[in-house]
Amino acid sequence: MSDVHSKEIARTEADPIADPGVESHLPRPTDVDPAAERRAERQVAMLFGLSAVFTVLCCVSYFVFAVGDNPDTIGGLGASNVAIGGFLGLALLFIGIGAIQWARKLMGDHEMIEMRHPSVSSDEDRDEALAAFDAGVTESGIGRRPLIRNSLIGAMAALGLPAVIFLRDLGPLPGNKLAHTVWKKNMRVVQDVTGVPIRPSDMQIGQLVNTEPGVFYKDGPDGEPLYHGTELLQAKTKAATILVRMHPDDITPSRGRADWGVDGILCFSKICTHVGCPISLWEQQTHHLLCPCHQSTFDLADNGKVIFGPAARPLPQLPIMVDSAGYLAAQSDFTEPVGPSYWERG
Amino acid sequence: MLRIFQRTTGRVAGSISRRRRSRFAAPAVLLIGLLAMGGVYAAFTPADAAKQDDATEVAKGKALFLVGCSSCHGMNGEGITTKRGKQLGPPLVGVGAAAVDFQVGTGRMPMAQPGVQVPRKRVLYSDEEISQLGAYVASLGPGPEVPAKSEYDVAKASNESVVRGGEIFRTNCTACHNFAGSGGALPQGKYAPKLTGVTEKHIYEALLTGPQQMPVFSDAVLTPEDKADVIAYLKKTEKTPGYGGFSMGALGPVSEGMFAWLVGIGVLVGFAVWIAAHTARVKKTGEDA
Amino acid sequence: MKTPFTSNGTKAAVAPKPNRVGAAAAWADERLGLATMAKKQIRKVFPDHWSFMLGEIALWSFVVLLLTGTFLTLWFRPSMGETVYNGSYDQLRGLEMSEAYASTLDISFDVRAGLLMRQMHHWSAMLFIAAMLVHLMRVYFTGAFRKPRELNWVIGSLLLLLGTLEGFTGYSLPDDLLSGTGIRAADGFMKSMPVVGTYMSFFLFGGEFPGDSIIPRLYTVHVLLIPGVLLALIAAHMLLLVYHKHTQWPGPGRTNDNVVGYPMLPVYAAKAGGFFFIVFGVTALMGAFLSINPVWRYGSYNPSEVTAGSQPDWYMGWPDGALRIMPGWETHLFGFTLSWNVFLPIIVLPGLMFTILLMLPFVESWITGDKRNHHLLQRPRNAPTRTALMVALMTFYGLMWAAGGNDLIAITFQLSINQITHFMRAAVFLGPVIAFIVTRRWCISLQRKDQDDLLHGYETGVIMRDPLGGYTERHLPLPTAAAYTLTARDRDEIRQLDPSTDEHGVAAKGTGKARLQARLSRWWYGHNVQKPTVAELEEAHHHVEEEDAHDAPLVGHAADGHQFDGRHDVVEGDDLAHHRD
Repeated sequence: MSDVHSKEIARTEADPIADPGVESHLPRPTDVDPAAERRAERQVAMLFGLSAVFTVLCCVSYFVFAVGDNPDTIGGLGASNVAIGGFLGLALLFIGIGAIQWARKLMGDHEMIEMRHPSVSSDEDRDEALAAFDAGVTESGIGRRPLIRNSLIGAMAALGLPAVIFLRDLGPLPGNKLAHTVWKKNMRVVQDVTGVPIRPSDMQIGQLVNTEPGVFYKDGPDGEPLYHGTELLQAKTKAATILVRMHPDDITPSRGRADWGVDGILCFSKICTHVGCPISLWEQQTHHLLCPCHQSTFDLADNGKVIFGPAARPLPQLPIMVDSAGYLAAQSDFTEPVGPSYWERG
Repeated sequence: MLRIFQRTTGRVAGSISRRRRSRFAAPAVLLIGLLAMGGVYAAFTPADAAKQDDATEVAKGKALFLVGCSSCHGMNGEGITTKRGKQLGPPLVGVGAAAVDFQVGTGRMPMAQPGVQVPRKRVLYSDEEISQLGAYVASLGPGPEVPAKSEYDVAKASNESVVRGGEIFRTNCTACHNFAGSGGALPQGKYAPKLTGVTEKHIYEALLTGPQQMPVFSDAVLTPEDKADVIAYLKKTEKTPGYGGFSMGALGPVSEGMFAWLVGIGVLVGFAVWIAAHTARVKKTGEDA
Repeated sequence: MKTPFTSNGTKAAVAPKPNRVGAAAAWADERLGLATMAKKQIRKVFPDHWSFMLGEIALWSFVVLLLTGTFLTLWFRPSMGETVYNGSYDQLRGLEMSEAYASTLDISFDVRAGLLMRQMHHWSAMLFIAAMLVHLMRVYFTGAFRKPRELNWVIGSLLLLLGTLEGFTGYSLPDDLLSGTGIRAADGFMKSMPVVGTYMSFFLFGGEFPGDSIIPRLYTVHVLLIPGVLLALIAAHMLLLVYHKHTQWPGPGRTNDNVVGYPMLPVYAAKAGGFFFIVFGVTALMGAFLSINPVWRYGSYNPSEVTAGSQPDWYMGWPDGALRIMPGWETHLFGFTLSWNVFLPIIVLPGLMFTILLMLPFVESWITGDKRNHHLLQRPRNAPTRTALMVALMTFYGLMWAAGGNDLIAITFQLSINQITHFMRAAVFLGPVIAFIVTRRWCISLQRKDQDDLLHGYETGVIMRDPLGGYTERHLPLPTAAAYTLTARDRDEIRQLDPSTDEHGVAAKGTGKARLQARLSRWWYGHNVQKPTVAELEEAHHHVEEEDAHDAPLVGHAADGHQFDGRHDVVEGDDLAHHRD
């Protein structure tokens, strides 16, 4: 629209160019051409119709394609999932596309103008509301009666206490539990999953064995495993270990740890001192152990010292020896708490 | 040729009527003759590896070694250290034929260029040459032998083996190689490679010999049955269809997040742009700019 | 200016004759008095722009989450009790696992459409949070959070936080190896908190990690508590949107006091409703073809097992990245341990970032002192400092996010994770600064380009050669609508200190706060290009007329540059001047 008046530059400081107003409406092909309109209508109806077809196919797929012991496959993918999902998706999509096409091509599309109203209430409403509130407060007398007010506040505040106290039995107090594991003197170091005990001669230089305390593979007097279910997982969270064998010349044990290994075989905690992920990325040539979670790297030839990454403490080492039957076993529990740091760790 | 043959036989065996002789007779006899010749030859020629002299194998292996391996591993497989104390090629005394079969059989060796880790690539030696190299390296010092097929053949593995193998896999292997064997990162640019598309024999040998940074899993601790269980699990999983669709690399939440953004948000924003776009208009009457 | 449209029809509106639908509506109205509310809302006007639909992606994803989630609750068993798996997935048969994991396997393999619902639920969770983030960026970049919508921004930020927590609790429910590792890390985070860390950990897990309570407790949070709060907040968010009406882009006929667009019924109902089906459909197609969270391949959670590439879902990627690049700092004091290496990146930093996010509208209004209602949006280039600030925050977020995937970046691009970590340690500080500087200058350059267009016209691409051999490009003035759109914005008002002096000639110093505000306001608006004044426009037009006079000899000749080669016929009455408004 070329309104001659809009060519004049507005004289107000705020608006260098005057508002030309909403553009005049231009018709769409479907508004002026009945053939285009019918075509669009057929298109929308076809989209909806196809959607219905896909819905039926989806329902049929539910019954046709098997899951369970002998699932059907299509092109290396699960047939049930692909078919039910694919048809459902297309069914939904086509309803959406049809509705949008209807709106774009056929529904009335004149732009409308609606005036805004201020978000703030009108002054009269505000005054009325304030007056009502004042009246109510005055009649309650709370302003004149501080004793009532304060005692009410005290009573309500006190109610916060049960809300907290009732949660006390969510869990036991931590006590000293984090500082101890199930490892004890003479407890065998056995391979995880298979449970086989290990002689030093079974291990070669460069070997890593993922190990657990031997007690996990023992049964109690009732024939049931001593540790299973939740107790087993809780114990594993601190007691999981790894055995690594290096050339004895490569190891530099710190003071007091010279006898913690057997012929270059060392036992370390498997639990990272950062936030507790199990580590077993062992690089046999560099003697570095990498945690996959946040890339803390420990040098096991140097007492588990942290050489890279966000861990702050070296990996705890379990002192091992050879027991009377010739198998690797612990000399004692760990000499420090295993796993992530905590406030009371010391 | 056929006509000459027929003419010849026709002259020699005159009493046999031509009608009883099939027109395929000539080529059939030719074929039988050729097969007979080949069969007799094969039957009486000594079998390759079984009958060859072991010393010849080692000698051939040494010859190959000197050409292709000694520049890094030394003329006698003793290894070469650089002036700065780093290793050009480690000593091969005691690595065993299994290590050779793995490294050369997966194309890792010979290394194309120095680096922190050698990738799997095109295999340069034939199976015969690989076994000869293995024989030579084995002669340098006792080490793990190439496993027998019975040790890694998991075609008839039971489901219990597969389940147990999965447990062992998740305890020992996924920390480096990822839950689906898609590989993982190691420090300083090294990596644990993908396990898909690796033969059973090579998986067994890798476990046994601990190539490069991979730890050794000796048979005394991780028994041959344990190793076979792991291989059974890996092979079964490789053949398992993707029940939920394409795995997008089976790398976990990172690739899933990328698809959510690129495919999900990308497609939906595309739809949004379409929904709010101005539709076609009938041509202007020429007034408005 | 034409009279405003209030109806699409050409006839006066007449109530239709009563029919069955009408009878039902009448029955309801007699009890609920709906017509009063309905009369305003049915033809409510919404402006049309694709960027206004990003929040809808989030809204419709939430609906999909509710629907698919309800399906899952019918089969999922939120218990850590031990059971032996006997379902159809061969590779795990006979193993001991929790009920939660076993029921997830059952849903995936023994319930038809179960795996589809699981995958749709997970994909739409990802889309929910991604859409909220994209919507947040749109709202911020266009200034839609300004008064009166600050509260809606706060609600939206809370929705983002709750959505993230909802996602975390959700994907932890199957008790698989990957999510269990994440819960283990969360336990480590809690333990790192000073004084109360171990108590929080023991109370949440009902004892030592992992205990047998965490899955049922997360289930309650995921299915009841957070969805309840989410529903309430979403309702409040929508209510405010309806009350304030939607913001709109400036343009011809669009002012701060009106809304120009299409009515709710039928256009927006169709577009929004249609978009719901599109979101639902795309989610279903993703659930059909793209495998997500294949828990059967991870195995049941075992604290001795871990997978390479252990990351949380993408929306927790940035705190994970912060955790990875943090150096290993820890202090030991009087027998107590302060784990800065965990506490800072995972507790302090996200808290800080969320607070910054919440405070953004209030900080801006404190600096600018702008207390007006704003219903017109701003192009990002017209608020350079605001845009640059968000880009800097996005750069920080993005770098931390990338750091969270450092091991996957390493194996995909054959880099060293150590080098990536070192790079990120520097980049998260330098990157945002560089991004801020670059973005601000870029916005100001774009503003200068707009100014150029306004004053000197747009480049036509028509190159003129004068008889002396010089080349010039013809500029034509912008169409009125475009020119108006470019100038339909407020002038930035830098805060001034009180310039008055007292009777002795001493200038008022102003409080410390006022001085700070003035300085910050100068920095905020400092180099912005303001729209031209009337005088500047007149001068520019005058200048253009001079140029026209220069080209006068060319009037009457073909206007497209072929004047000198005779290859284009002159069209009657066609000349350059005619192409102007």
